[in-house]
Amino acid sequence: MTRASGSALLLVSPAVLAGSFLGAAPAPTSPVLRWGGDAEGGAPFVEADPSDPARVRGFDVEVAEAIARGLGREPRFVQVAFSSIDASVARGDFDIGMSGVEDTPARREMLAATVPYFEFREVLTVRAGDRGRYARLDHLRGRRVGTLAATIAYEILLAGRGRYGYLPVSYDDDVHPYTDLAEGRLDAVLLDNIIAERSVKRVAGLAIEPAAIATGRYVGILSRDNTALRDRINGILEDRMRDGTLERIYRKWGIWDDSQAEFFRNVLAGASAAPASSGAPAAPSPWAAAVRYIPSLLRAALITLALSCAAMALAVLLGIGIAAGRIYGGLLVRSALTGYVELVRGTPVLLQLFVLYYGLSAVVRLPAFAAALLGLGLNYAAYESEIYRGALEAVSRVQLEAARTLGLTEWLILRLVRGPQAFRLALAPMTNDFVALLKDSSLVSVITVVELTKQTAIFATNIGSWVVPGALCAAIYLAMSLPLSRLARRLEHRWSATS
Amino acid sequence: MNALLRIEELRLSRPSREVLRGVSLSVTRGEFCALMGLSGSGKTTALRATVALDSFQAGRIEVDGFVLEPGPVPPESRLKPLRRRVGMVFQAHALFEHLTALQNVVLAPVQVLRHTADQAEARARQLLDSLGVGGRAGAFPRELSGGEAQRVAIARALAMDPPLLLMDEPTAALDPARRGSLGDALKMLTSEGRGLLVATHDTDFARDFADRIVILAEGVVAEEGPPELLENPSHPATRALLQHRSPRGGAPPLSF
Repeated sequence: MTRASGSALLLVSPAVLAGSFLGAAPAPTSPVLRWGGDAEGGAPFVEADPSDPARVRGFDVEVAEAIARGLGREPRFVQVAFSSIDASVARGDFDIGMSGVEDTPARREMLAATVPYFEFREVLTVRAGDRGRYARLDHLRGRRVGTLAATIAYEILLAGRGRYGYLPVSYDDDVHPYTDLAEGRLDAVLLDNIIAERSVKRVAGLAIEPAAIATGRYVGILSRDNTALRDRINGILEDRMRDGTLERIYRKWGIWDDSQAEFFRNVLAGASAAPASSGAPAAPSPWAAAVRYIPSLLRAALITLALSCAAMALAVLLGIGIAAGRIYGGLLVRSALTGYVELVRGTPVLLQLFVLYYGLSAVVRLPAFAAALLGLGLNYAAYESEIYRGALEAVSRVQLEAARTLGLTEWLILRLVRGPQAFRLALAPMTNDFVALLKDSSLVSVITVVELTKQTAIFATNIGSWVVPGALCAAIYLAMSLPLSRLARRLEHRWSATS
Repeated sequence: MNALLRIEELRLSRPSREVLRGVSLSVTRGEFCALMGLSGSGKTTALRATVALDSFQAGRIEVDGFVLEPGPVPPESRLKPLRRRVGMVFQAHALFEHLTALQNVVLAPVQVLRHTADQAEARARQLLDSLGVGGRAGAFPRELSGGEAQRVAIARALAMDPPLLLMDEPTAALDPARRGSLGDALKMLTSEGRGLLVATHDTDFARDFADRIVILAEGVVAEEGPPELLENPSHPATRALLQHRSPRGGAPPLSF
């Protein structure tokens, strides 16, 4: 799971930098165990050490150290985004990936997984006032239930959606589901008990329902052909369960309970073969999975298209207004609009989306799609306005003077002479922007809108491969953008021929 | 004298130099007045001031009773009477590039005079026919020759039915034959009682068609009189103009 907090997304900690740097130095024969994890995740998994941010700490860190010691190697941390752990270990960026990596059929299929070393419970967190009301999934009909994308919890929510009639909402981090829950955007959050317990300490007014919805386990993952190392690590993990090392680590980080002792006994008895899962059958072949996923990809493509068209329409309308204001307005209007354009163009659209959706939530609680539409629309309006301003200023002065001597008012000149001529000049750059917007719309997944790219990522995580989902996703994007460029070229051609 | 246009002691400075230094001239109804001078003598500037595209510092311009004073150009809302009184045909014709010839002519009558589309179109076709470009009504400006575009631009100005028409170098894009037919068309306008002020350095055109010649030099009126003035110039500026006359069947005289 990505345990990324909102602030950590925007700041690169020294530990992350150090990790990336160390990870770039390949040393396959040296006595080093390179282990990959996501330090944005935070305690108790992996976090930058507050007293020495160049180091990481957490229970996963200590388990990795125990494994390295058992192998007679030096542990070396490699920073990797949580959603990339599987792909990174498969391509050999590090020997083992382990920061809250869940045991799933797909992982067992695509990678070499160790024995599980921790058992967690999927639990529902609700607002304190709702305690008891939403204790089970079937209590949540018509409600919004949040979780982290690409997790067992999300799979459970998707699998039960038809039966229980709630609306799953996926997040890219595990902090905002809980703040949105407190603010009423969600009615429950389903996630690992470790995260839930951490979150109710951070966010006031929340409570955890005691009944577990499911159980899951964390494993280490290695590349598929690395079974020899995996088997040695399995032996070490089992030894550390027997000698109490793991219990000491878990107690230190406050995540030990009696169910872990039972879990250790099962693992040592060899009963760990079946991974906890949402009840989905073993991972299907990529093609069979593709057929199953195509309808949801097409639905997601419709969201992408609808969002892009609506955001572009907003951007065009606002852009025309801003451009006209900057040309015809008084000093005050002109400086205000210039300030807006510079502010929007000078800051990342990702930041703008966060501010609109989370930052303003105390003032106005926008639905996710509306925030996405507004965010992209307001952002692109700044770029469109610059195109229109340039195009309006490119219309020759004598055309405007001729219109004035005929007695046309400024408004009529703008509407009938300057505007139409500028539009022809603006068309090609506008089309470029629309194609760019189509692709930038993938950014709105950070505020829980599941569009085409997000759906593809979910699909890829589910089957453990990016090849087929990536190709399908690219084909759908091209199917949307190519006709558009063609249409624009034809219009341009027609107008340049007739004017 | 029933003056349609009266310019008195007009002074106009650009940041770099004083372009007009006290110009006075007038145009009466039915009169074709040629405003002549070498490039840079201030012809175009005088026309632009008359249609309130440029401001001037001193003097006075009166168009059929509407008076322009020195100072910044007034807002369009206060210039409506002026726009009804005077039309302008620009040197580079300035037809609206995104509209056909017919649409160019129809635009202002419909939008400004509130004529119906049918009414405006009938009048526009009549104007285009009378100027010999009726067959080009559906063409876009880029598809027109220089002479055709010039006449469409005249039709566009005439569609507003102004008593006074200003033209800037109308013969620049024309061959001698077309120059003759343009001259005939302009004479037709004066016979309807319109006044014409035509800025040109084409001495042959002016001699053949104008009723009166005004020579501008260094920002003042150097000489004015009937077309015969050009046969017998008294002012050095007029002689300089004649030395640069466009060739009519022979090489231009060399001057050192």
